[in-house]
Amino acid sequence: MSDPKLRISASPYLLGGDSTPRIMWTVVATLVPIVAASVWFFGPSALLIQGAAVLGALLPERFAGRRGTLGDGSAVITGVLLGLTLPPGMPLWMAFLGGFFGVAFGKIIFGGLGQNVFNPALLGRAFLQAAFPVPITTWPATGGDWWALRGDNFALPLMSPQVVDGSTGATPLGLHKFENTSSEIGDLLIGSTSGSLGETCGVLILLCGLFLAWKNYLNWRIPASIFLTVIVFSGVLNLVDGERYPGPLFMLFSGGLMLGAIYMATDMVTSPTTHPGCWIFGAGIGFLVVVIRMWGGLPEGVMYAILFMNAFVPFINRVTRPRVFGARKPPTPSAEAKA
Amino acid sequence: MGDLVWILLSAMVVNNFTLALFLGLCPFMGVSARVETALRMGLANIFVLVITSLCAWLLNSFVLEHAPFLRIISFIVVIASLVQIVEMAIKKFSPVLFQQLGIFLPLITTNCAILGLAIFQTNRGYGLFQGLAFAVGAGLGLTLALVLMASIREDSERATVPSLARGTALVMIIAGSLSLAFMGFAGLGSAT
Repeated sequence: MSDPKLRISASPYLLGGDSTPRIMWTVVATLVPIVAASVWFFGPSALLIQGAAVLGALLPERFAGRRGTLGDGSAVITGVLLGLTLPPGMPLWMAFLGGFFGVAFGKIIFGGLGQNVFNPALLGRAFLQAAFPVPITTWPATGGDWWALRGDNFALPLMSPQVVDGSTGATPLGLHKFENTSSEIGDLLIGSTSGSLGETCGVLILLCGLFLAWKNYLNWRIPASIFLTVIVFSGVLNLVDGERYPGPLFMLFSGGLMLGAIYMATDMVTSPTTHPGCWIFGAGIGFLVVVIRMWGGLPEGVMYAILFMNAFVPFINRVTRPRVFGARKPPTPSAEAKA
Repeated sequence: MGDLVWILLSAMVVNNFTLALFLGLCPFMGVSARVETALRMGLANIFVLVITSLCAWLLNSFVLEHAPFLRIISFIVVIASLVQIVEMAIKKFSPVLFQQLGIFLPLITTNCAILGLAIFQTNRGYGLFQGLAFAVGAGLGLTLALVLMASIREDSERATVPSLARGTALVMIIAGSLSLAFMGFAGLGSAT
């Protein structure tokens, strides 16, 4: 059979060239500067943690996922994002376990990429927070020898990690919550504060997010509505009682809000499909972040806020489903009964 | 007034009966396949919880003062029979409402969430209005959990779930993940 002159196939005929692996690897590429910044601030420990988390995320994808999904980069993103939410001094086996749990129980078990309800990286972190509450909230002090490990990274599984030198610091949010001292905004912007690997350098994350929004790989409405809600809500609280509630700028650039709003809330799978839905979703996250930070038992609530709103996504999709053009609302049963 | 709002919110999200205290898991697992059904189950729950709160307050204030050891048995008997009577009355006076609540009313009468509410309320020494706020909050919390669960389950019906996780196993995992997400509210209000 020779090549036919006329080819007939179903639409689409024009393709943009975007594919799942391409989008995913682009996101991974934008994460590289953030990872580099974390290595700059925290030394080799940062790289070790990231590596362990990525390895843990790749393992279930390789052995339990459907064939061909290992190369699409989604498990790598999960691993890197999880790594960025962990403190640098954590034992490596815990980071590995978090990545494994996140992908296996957050994604593979729901049927793989595109069908998960919760963000796998955040589910992995919530699991770690529930299982190992002390290592995940032990932050190293800033400064010191760059080459030194920031904690007992090589602790054996199920052994209690040794305290290396006892030099621990506190995150800006922890300082504010438990000791009532605030940090310099400049330090927060550049990232020279203590904290998890990726929750320090706000400006860099914002730039990467702008790039992704320009490429249309993330829906800008979600971070925009998160930031707006946080600014308005914390601004009002700050006006009411400036002593107790920090200003909007501190709220925006402290903790994991930047990373969460730009990389985790905008996960295409676990965010709403409609534009009004995205505004609702983001507003819910912003509101919950402020509520948990100000009145909750934990200093940071971005992870839980996003997970909680992830659970709402199927419901939001259902409520904001656009009306089919020309269609009318079906009469409600009670109206029928009256007629 | 602020006290009542706080009790309601606390019972609804911070100490959510299903996802934080693990009470009332049977309707949570069993009747959460469809959002409409889950919503009606939630409404029936609010209804029964309010009756429970009233009964518990009446029994505690007027009957059980001298016989606290009869508390649990009398709670069960009085609540169950009162719900049955109310159900008959609804069937007679409002068939539409009866159709909405339907089979759920007798089903949840013997649920652990119901008895749990009565006992919590007694132990914390809530008055009439505090108890009612507590009951409405707990009911709204159950409804929230049920509707979230049902909407997630409806979506994951279309997913290609691996065969070993299909059905109840997946429901259990979703429930666990939801519970993890609700952990963020733990301690809310205590740090103020």
